[in-house]
Amino acid sequence: MSGVLVVLEFRTQDGLAVWNRISWEALAAGQELAAEIGQPLLAAVAGERPEGPAAEVAQKKLARVYGVAHELLAAYTADGYVASLEQLIGAVRPTYVVMPHTYQVRDFAPRLAARFGETLIADVVGIRMDGGQPVFVRQLLQGKLSGDYLHRGPGPCFVSTQAGAFRPETVEAGACEVETFEPKLEAAMIRSVPGERFRVSEKSVDLTAAPLIVSVGRGIKEKENIPLVEELAQALGAELAASRPICDNGWLPMERQVGSSGQSVSPKVYIAVGISGAIQHLVGMKGSKAVIAINKDENAPIFEVADYGIVGDLFAVVPALTAAVRKAKGM
Amino acid sequence: MKIIVAVKQVPVRDSLIHIDSSGRWLDEGELSFEINEPDAYALEAALLLKEKHGGEVVVLCAGPERATQTMREALAKGADRAIHVEAEDLVRMDTFGVARLLAAAIADEKADLILTGLQSEDLGLGQTGVVMAEVLGIPHATIIMEIELEESGGRIRVKRELEEGWFQTVEMPLPALLTIQSGISKLRYATLMGIKKAKTKEVRRVAAGAMPEATVSLERVYPPQKKKETRMIGGTPTEAAAALADVLQFEVRVI
Ligand SMILES: Cc1cc2nc3c(=O)[nH]c(=O)nc-3n(C[C@H](O)[C@H](O)[C@H](O)COP(=O)(O)OP(=O)(O)OC[C@H]3O[C@@H](n4cnc5c(N)ncnc54)[C@H](O)[C@@H]3O)c2cc1C
Ligand SMILES: Nc1ncnc2c1ncn2[C@@H]1O[C@H](COP(=O)(O)O)[C@@H](O)[C@H]1O
Repeated sequence: MSGVLVVLEFRTQDGLAVWNRISWEALAAGQELAAEIGQPLLAAVAGERPEGPAAEVAQKKLARVYGVAHELLAAYTADGYVASLEQLIGAVRPTYVVMPHTYQVRDFAPRLAARFGETLIADVVGIRMDGGQPVFVRQLLQGKLSGDYLHRGPGPCFVSTQAGAFRPETVEAGACEVETFEPKLEAAMIRSVPGERFRVSEKSVDLTAAPLIVSVGRGIKEKENIPLVEELAQALGAELAASRPICDNGWLPMERQVGSSGQSVSPKVYIAVGISGAIQHLVGMKGSKAVIAINKDENAPIFEVADYGIVGDLFAVVPALTAAVRKAKGM
Repeated sequence: MKIIVAVKQVPVRDSLIHIDSSGRWLDEGELSFEINEPDAYALEAALLLKEKHGGEVVVLCAGPERATQTMREALAKGADRAIHVEAEDLVRMDTFGVARLLAAAIADEKADLILTGLQSEDLGLGQTGVVMAEVLGIPHATIIMEIELEESGGRIRVKRELEEGWFQTVEMPLPALLTIQSGISKLRYATLMGIKKAKTKEVRRVAAGAMPEATVSLERVYPPQKKKETRMIGGTPTEAAAALADVLQFEVRVI
C-alpha cells in the first residue's frame, strides 16, 4: 500500500466539464499529506468520459491521474460510484483516499469507506503531523469545538475536506501520466434512478451583487420580530438575508437564504444578527470584505470569522443600532 | 409500510458546554438533552407517510438510559414502538461501529423504509445512515426533502437537495434508507392523549454487543483556534450601537 489518492469531482453540463471547486482544495490537502508522509500523490476522476478532466488534473504535480470511465457513470449514483471506486482503490491500494466534502461525496463516501471496514473522517478542516502520524481536525457541535481524530484501522484511511479549509493555490503545476481505469459495472448493480437537476424557482432576488447585507438567524425567535432587522436593513440601505432555518420556517423567502444550499454573497459588509455561524452558512458569506456579528453567545462560531463583534441581546442592540445609523445619516 | 426512524439524543442547542477532565468529550453532567433536530423531521416524515399509507413507525435509538426520554417523546408524537440499544460510551466508537449496532438491532424487523437525520448536531458526521444502508445491503439517498411512495408500493421517488439551490429527483426500490434534511415540514406537538398513550407503548431494550476496535478515534476536543482578529465592541447596547455606527461610517464606510 502506498500513495495518497485524491478523488476530484466534476459534472458535465452542455458537453463541458464543470468542476466542483472544493476538488482543488482536497487536492491541496492531499498534496500536503503526501509530502508529510513521503508518498506519491495520485488523483482520480470518474465519469462516462473523464479524459478531458483527467488531462486537466494531469497538469498538476502528481505521480498519476486515473480516469475512471464507464457509460454507467454518466449520471451520478451512489451504487455506481461506490462500486467503481472500490475497484480502483482495490487495484491502486493507496494508504489515504482524500475527497472534497461535497453533497455528492457525503452521499457515497461513507458507504465506500464501510466497504473496506473503515470509517470516513468527514469534513476535515486541518491536518497536523504528530509523531509521524497525521492528526485530522474536525469541527464538533456545529463549530463550537474542534476535535482531533486519529486513524487506527488497517486502511486505507478515508478523509473528506471541508469547503474553504485548504488552499487550492498551493497545488503545484507539473505534468503526469493519465491512466484509464475501466471498472466492471453492470446496470443491475445500480439500484437508484437519478433524475435531471432542477431549480424550484428562478431567483428574483440577487444577493450576490449586494454591497451591504443584514442577515438574520434563529436568534430572532419569531416571525413577528423580523421587522426589527428589516428596519435596520432599510436604515442602512442594505439587502436583507437570512440563515436557513428562517427560510425553512417561511419567515423570509428561500431566495434570501445565504449558505451552501442558498446564495453565495460577497458584500463589502455583512452584518450577521443572531446567526451561530455553522459551516453551511459560512461558506455562503465568507467572501464578505468585513463581517460584523451580533450574538448573545461569546463562543458562537460566527465570531471566528467576524472583524467586529458585539456580544449582546439583539433585541436591545439592533434597535439601538438602527437609531444610531439613522442619526449618522441625518435621517 | 413499516418505517424505522433512527433518532439520536444530543445536547440542547445553545447549551453552555464544558470539556470533561479527560479532554476527550463534554462534561455531560451539566447538560440537558433533546432529539437531534433533523431526526425530528425524519420522525415527522415517517408519521406523515403512515397517515397516508398505513403501517407502523418504529423509533430506534442507541444511547444511555437518558435516551429513554427522547424515545418517549417520539412515542407521544405518534410512533408505535421503540427499540433502545443500550450503549454508554458511543463517543468511543466510530461510525462503522455505531451503524453496525443500529443495523443489528433492526435486522429482524424487515422494514420497508429506514429514515435517519442527515447529520447529528454534536458529532456532525453526516454518515451513520449511509453506513447503515451499506451494512443492511439496501440502497440509500441523502439530504432528502420529499418522499413519495409509488402506486405499486414497491418503489419510492424522493427529492434530494443539491448545492446552491438545486434539486434532483431519485427513484429507488424498497427497502431503502433515506437521510432527512431539517425544516422539510412543520413539526407536530405531542397531544396530552399521545403523552398518556406513550406510557403504554413498547420499548424493546437491546444490549449493545461487544464491538471491534474503532478504526477512527476522537482523541481530544478543544475550543477552536481563532482565524481572525475580531474587534469586540463593548458597553451598553446604546454605547455599542453608537460605536458600531462609527465603524460603519468611518472604517468600513458604508454610511
Ligand atoms: C446539507 C446542509 C445544508 C445547509 N445549508 C444551509 C444554508 O444554505 N444556509 C444556512 O444558513 N444554513 C444551512 N444549513 C444549516 C446550518 O447547519 C445551521 O443549522 C444553520 O445555519 C443555523 O442557523 P442559525 O445560525 O440561524 O441558528 P442557530 O444555530 O440556532 O443559531 C442561533 C444563534 O442566535 C443566537 N441568539 C439567540 N438569541 C439571541 C439574542 N436574543 N440576541 C443575540 N443572539 C441570540 C444564539 O447564540 C445562536 O448563536 C445547512 C445544513 C446542512 C446539513
Ligand atoms: N446513537 C444513535 N442512535 C440512533 N440514531 C443515530 C445515532 N447516531 C446517529 N444516528 C442517526 O444517524 C444520523 C446521522 O448522524 P451522524 O452520522 O452522527 O451525523 C442522525 O441524524 C440519526 O438519525
